[in-house]
Amino acid sequence: MKGCGATVVKLHAQGPLKQRLVSFGVMKGARVEVIGFAPARSTVEIKIGRMRLALRKDEAELIEVSADA
Amino acid sequence: MPNDTPTCPVTEKHIRIALVGQPNVGKSMLINSISDARLHVGNFSGVTVEKSEVFFDCNTYHFTIVDLPGSYAFTDYSIEERVTHDFLCNETYDLIINVVDSTNLEKNLQLTAELMTLNKKMVLALNMSDEADKEGIVIDAEYLSTLLGIPAVKVSAAAKTGMDTLIEAVIDTHEASYQKPKLVFSEAVEEEIGIIAAYLNEHRFKAAISNRNIAINLLQNEKKTYRTLHDLPLWIELQPLLIEADKHIETHHDTDDVKEVFAEEYAAFIRGVITETVQFKEQPFEKKSLTERFDDLLIHPVLGIPIFLFLMWGLFQLTFEIGSIPMEWIDAFFGWFGETVGATIPNDDVRSLVVDGIIAGVGAVVLFTPNIIILFIGIALLESTGYMSRVAFLLDGIFHKFGLHGQSFIPLVTGFGCSIPAYMSARILKNESDRLLTLFVIGFMSCGARLPVYVLFTGAFFAQNIAGNVLFAIYISGAIIGLIAAKVLKMTAFRGQDEPFVMEMPKYRLPSLKLIWHTVLTKTLMYLKKAGTFIAGASMLVWFLSSYPHSQELETAYAAKIERAAGTEAVGRLTAEADAAQLEQSYLGRIGKAIEPLFTPIGLDWKLAVALQTGLAAKEVVVSTLGVLYAVGEEAIETDKTLISAIRTHIPFASAVSFIVVIMLYLPCLAASVVFTREAGGIKYFVYLFFFTTATAYMLAFLAYHLTLAITGAPAVLPH
Repeated sequence: MKGCGATVVKLHAQGPLKQRLVSFGVMKGARVEVIGFAPARSTVEIKIGRMRLALRKDEAELIEVSADA
Repeated sequence: MPNDTPTCPVTEKHIRIALVGQPNVGKSMLINSISDARLHVGNFSGVTVEKSEVFFDCNTYHFTIVDLPGSYAFTDYSIEERVTHDFLCNETYDLIINVVDSTNLEKNLQLTAELMTLNKKMVLALNMSDEADKEGIVIDAEYLSTLLGIPAVKVSAAAKTGMDTLIEAVIDTHEASYQKPKLVFSEAVEEEIGIIAAYLNEHRFKAAISNRNIAINLLQNEKKTYRTLHDLPLWIELQPLLIEADKHIETHHDTDDVKEVFAEEYAAFIRGVITETVQFKEQPFEKKSLTERFDDLLIHPVLGIPIFLFLMWGLFQLTFEIGSIPMEWIDAFFGWFGETVGATIPNDDVRSLVVDGIIAGVGAVVLFTPNIIILFIGIALLESTGYMSRVAFLLDGIFHKFGLHGQSFIPLVTGFGCSIPAYMSARILKNESDRLLTLFVIGFMSCGARLPVYVLFTGAFFAQNIAGNVLFAIYISGAIIGLIAAKVLKMTAFRGQDEPFVMEMPKYRLPSLKLIWHTVLTKTLMYLKKAGTFIAGASMLVWFLSSYPHSQELETAYAAKIERAAGTEAVGRLTAEADAAQLEQSYLGRIGKAIEPLFTPIGLDWKLAVALQTGLAAKEVVVSTLGVLYAVGEEAIETDKTLISAIRTHIPFASAVSFIVVIMLYLPCLAASVVFTREAGGIKYFVYLFFFTTATAYMLAFLAYHLTLAITGAPAVLPH
């Protein structure tokens, strides 16, 4: 999990959340990497491009990715 | 060169500039560097919530720069983005300066691409170019300008480089005619743009810029363009074309969301541009960046929260330990100053007004300036280094359980400084019920103005070496009570959907000394100004109410007793008794006595009750009121005249605890209440806040009072 790279396949989020993710650059084809977790794994930090983004676990689950081989 | 005198906006050689950029790209700092203005700059999303304007003159032009709140994209997701979007679409301005972070062009140019569809003259400021150099990012600014069709200038707001070039570019662009930016889309989208533009050309539609531009806006569902075209006859045939085009594009992109389609389009375009213009020099090793190494520690799943608590604890220790050193000098100064000034005033009443009223009241507040400065420095550091976002990340899990949002942390921590900016910064919360909930809880975060009360009481009742810990405990318990209150409110009044937590974690930055200096200086001066004006006035009022009416009867009665008394001790006791009797029948004494029954159950006497009431105007007034109440008629018995020792002598410990609990929890000051009412959106919320805080404060003070009595085994005596 940690340190793994992946590519975004599809966003299952809807409405404003989707817009938000897209404006942060989380969109189809974008490369993401998990950097770390907050206590109790409630929140996850990901790296997208050169930017770091914090997401709640529930939101992160809406981003479908395919892990790098 | 720069000169920040406001100038007449109606002049021929005037350029009105909209400063746009994503959050954390250093827009405010850029304005600072261009104009030497004093704006507050922070390193977390949402410092500039309202747009602010800056004026200055340069090269025979008058400049107005409108600093718009940071936006990631053209959406209405947050209030900031709505403000920016509205301004850009509906207001008049000559030119856009788009500030981008050179170290993260790929993300930043996403907004640039959207700005390019606005048809406004634009200059690209490649900010933080010095950081990019350090990170081995080489940008060919000239080629970038050519590819985008927008002048691009390398600047560094922090190092103040490139400012002149930027201003020149702005003037050149302003004087030249509008150049269409070069935005290229994918084949599918370009094909549809071509079809629609051709149709518009066929029908001789005259667009302000070009029919290609109209086509792009139509495909993006841009409201204004739609509205314009909707009423024209050509719409009838245009509409099916658009529906067809949408279908084609959506199949191509495998999504039915236009925003997503265009975001992907822009991203592809930008990737192309970046491949051509930016080189990433290979770093010798795959070295971890400084930010990454800091994050390994600061947001460590186990150590992160203890580290945060430790830092906060350290801040309060410093506030108390370092703050107490100059406090003694200030205290001594005001004592001396009062005596010296008093000696020159022959009239008794006037002397009492000046010495016991104004000097005692203002002195009591000025006394705490060192503490305030340290606290403000701490909060400024937290804001400007980027640590605030980390804490929001760490705490979101806990906050979420209590019904708050991780980003609530930002207004809440700001609340430790002052509730007013805290109420305003709650706007970063998009969800209405999250925002209201946060607004209700902010007051529980003890603001800087309450600090004097705490320092006074902890100083009076605890040894120097543990007073800092007690101070920290007071703040933490306020915060914990706030969390519990949030949970209660969430379960009762503010049930609703949770807002998603998606937040950028900005890079760590060394805070600029100059900025911290400006922030702290401005806030400290405001504090002192308040002490000199508002609090001086309030002290005079409290003095008047506590000195009049002066009962001649009492005076004669006691004068007779004193004459008959034998020994200095008896005389001293009688004098004190006389003063107390006078104070009790003064206006303030009568008001206090009238409300005293309400406060007896929580162990407060009328003096403390009155101090609490005056605290509704401003929390600093609590201290100045106590200063006046305990200064009037103290001279007779006290050798040590400091307020701290007066508090220690007159107030039992349990009453002091109860008093602190009330101060911690009850209604914020008048100014903050006004801002709260405005931000919450109605007077009814203020009424809720009043009942909510009063009930909480009263219940918990009652509990604290009786618990302290039970634990210490002290008898329930009222202060005297």
